[in-house]
Amino acid sequence: MNARDEILGRVRAALRDAPAAPEPARAYRRTSGMTEEARIELLVDRLVDYKAQVWVVDPGQVAERIAELLAGTGECIVPAGFNPAWLPADSGETVPRMRTDAPEGPLTLAELDAAGAVLTASAAAVAQTGTIILDGSPGQGRRAISLVPDRHICVVEAAHIAELLPEALARLDGTRPITMISGPSATSDIELERVEGVHGPRNLEVVVVRSPVG
Amino acid sequence: MSQTFLGMPSLPVHGEGNIHATEPFPAAARRELGNAQLRANLGHATRTIRDKRLKVVAELPDWEQLREAGSTIKQNVMARLPELLEQFEENFTARGGTIHWARDAAEANATVAALVREQGVDEVVKVKSMATQEIGLNEYLEEQGIAAFETDLAELIVQLDHDKPSHILVPAIHKNRTEVRDIFLREMPGVDPALTDDPARLADAARTHLRRKFLTAKVAVSGANFALADSGTLAVVESEGNGRMCLTLPETLITVMGIEKLLPAWQDLEVFMQLLPRSSTGERMNPYTSLWTGVAEGDGPRNVHLVLLDNGRSAALADEMGRSALHCIRCSACMNVCPVYERTGGHAYGSTYPGPIGAILSPLLTGIESEDNSTLPYASSLCGACYDACPVKINIPDILVHLRGQDVDSKRGKGKLPSQMDAAMQAASWALSSGRRLGLAEKALPLGRLAAGPDRKITSLPGIAAGWTQSRDIPAPPAESFRAWWRREHGKESGHGQGPGHPTGQGPAEGKP
Ligand code: SF4
Repeated sequence: MNARDEILGRVRAALRDAPAAPEPARAYRRTSGMTEEARIELLVDRLVDYKAQVWVVDPGQVAERIAELLAGTGECIVPAGFNPAWLPADSGETVPRMRTDAPEGPLTLAELDAAGAVLTASAAAVAQTGTIILDGSPGQGRRAISLVPDRHICVVEAAHIAELLPEALARLDGTRPITMISGPSATSDIELERVEGVHGPRNLEVVVVRSPVG
Repeated sequence: MSQTFLGMPSLPVHGEGNIHATEPFPAAARRELGNAQLRANLGHATRTIRDKRLKVVAELPDWEQLREAGSTIKQNVMARLPELLEQFEENFTARGGTIHWARDAAEANATVAALVREQGVDEVVKVKSMATQEIGLNEYLEEQGIAAFETDLAELIVQLDHDKPSHILVPAIHKNRTEVRDIFLREMPGVDPALTDDPARLADAARTHLRRKFLTAKVAVSGANFALADSGTLAVVESEGNGRMCLTLPETLITVMGIEKLLPAWQDLEVFMQLLPRSSTGERMNPYTSLWTGVAEGDGPRNVHLVLLDNGRSAALADEMGRSALHCIRCSACMNVCPVYERTGGHAYGSTYPGPIGAILSPLLTGIESEDNSTLPYASSLCGACYDACPVKINIPDILVHLRGQDVDSKRGKGKLPSQMDAAMQAASWALSSGRRLGLAEKALPLGRLAAGPDRKITSLPGIAAGWTQSRDIPAPPAESFRAWWRREHGKESGHGQGPGHPTGQGPAEGKP
């Protein structure tokens, strides 16, 4: 008998007493009544606790904020499909060179490694846990680009912020390549004390964009 | 007794690999207790993590409801495991992944080695996985001429020190920062000789050490925390980014996962991704979680493999009382609250799975007849702290008592037990399984009087016995609890020398050769 059939046979035999399969008890919180302002405040609090840097801006201020963050940086990677309205205007020497990573012309690992920063959008965020979720949609890029550069600048739109994890996961397609990010890379492996900065980006900078008024 | 069931083998087939203790727990524990540095390191680390865990758990008003959801989902998974495995296989395969089934450790190891060789390489990067430790994959690959580089900081520390992990979440929990620095200075090629014991500097040294490996690796080997049957999705939960490196950059990804890790649906992640980080590192969320479903066009590995491992899990599932041990999500909360673990450390349990969960899971995977694993169910005071901490509500004390009963039965079958002892243990098992734990357990100890003859001496004990009763008779325990006994015995032994064979002559002895 092949391994598959034998294992499935063993498992069926193990269950010969036909144990009950209870319906999952979902009495935990699955919806929130929090306002956008409160969700932003909670997300910022959690992210800062993880030692991420966070800015909250109005829709018209994103490009300006990003230009300031990137001043003096070397090259910055941007995935194809990133909202052009958020990109800093080309104003000469202060703004770094933006390099686009696109499916038809992906950058090499060495190029990603040499970049000063990467700039991406995000698919969802969870205020309660300080989590940002990327799913590889346009503007977010493939997983390697938000991993290899040492500095990740991520734009989070207020409308995408949920208070609770169940609310955020319900909005996602689980079959996409998904990365959930809660602060810069960290370890608790030495004496269980959290230290920020190991293999993933050591700097996580988050620009939260309020929803347009009206 | 042999029966047939739908033409399938019906006798449980137990597992093999690093799940066997190689000496009785009392003997191993006694040696580890002689190591004062180990106890200081463990005491500090488990205190830190216990406080963090309590704080983040208290933040959630619905924590008990989440535990209940976790527990019912896992019961549902176990009851429907054959159907969910087939559903997962279909979805994972439809999206370009390849599944390999492995009956035991040897079959899993051979499968991984063949997949690595297919890529024409002789090294792999690895992200922490209990399953590959259980099957002894690194050792096997080394024999086959394939080098496996551990990339998790704690695993790296343990690997560089030629040591064994002692905790499932923080395998180097038994080392303090100064010991880690010394290991790096000794074993890490090209390390800055001015390296200090500041954890941030140590983490930075690990980053530099592994960077080139990540950027050039062709093949990665990983474990998986969850597998979603309804979509064929796998999940890895981590902190450092080494997981993301391994899961994203190489062309070939080989994941080894136990068959019990399935969850029915995407929605179930909302429960487990709340339970796991708060219970394990005491964080609201771990820094990184990666989810992938087969092959994603233009994003990540082109060759995606999954080795589905039995290795005794189906045998554990066949044990009606013990099967809930398979609900374990390896958070390590039970060991962090365990008074026995805090003193003996993880090496005393011999197996890859230490602490309270190891005391039930190892003998369930190997069978209680596995000589030294039969002592593991006694490595507990039945205080119940593990049950209270467990995010999926595994009733570890009840299963410990159940396995003690099995051990007594098995030894009686082999004619190893005097009938008086037999009666006493059965009585104890019956009394303890009624659900009242600490108080009753400790009050139940006088049952030992039944086992003692008229001279009030017990000359033979099951399992736990070897170490105790070979050298002397134990007085019948009039009122003393196990924990009190432990404290007394341990006081007597402290300052005792180190175990044999440890490379540095300091720190704990290895649990296994
Ligand atoms: S038994 Fe429970 S507490 Fe222990 S590691 Fe497993 S899930 Fe965590």
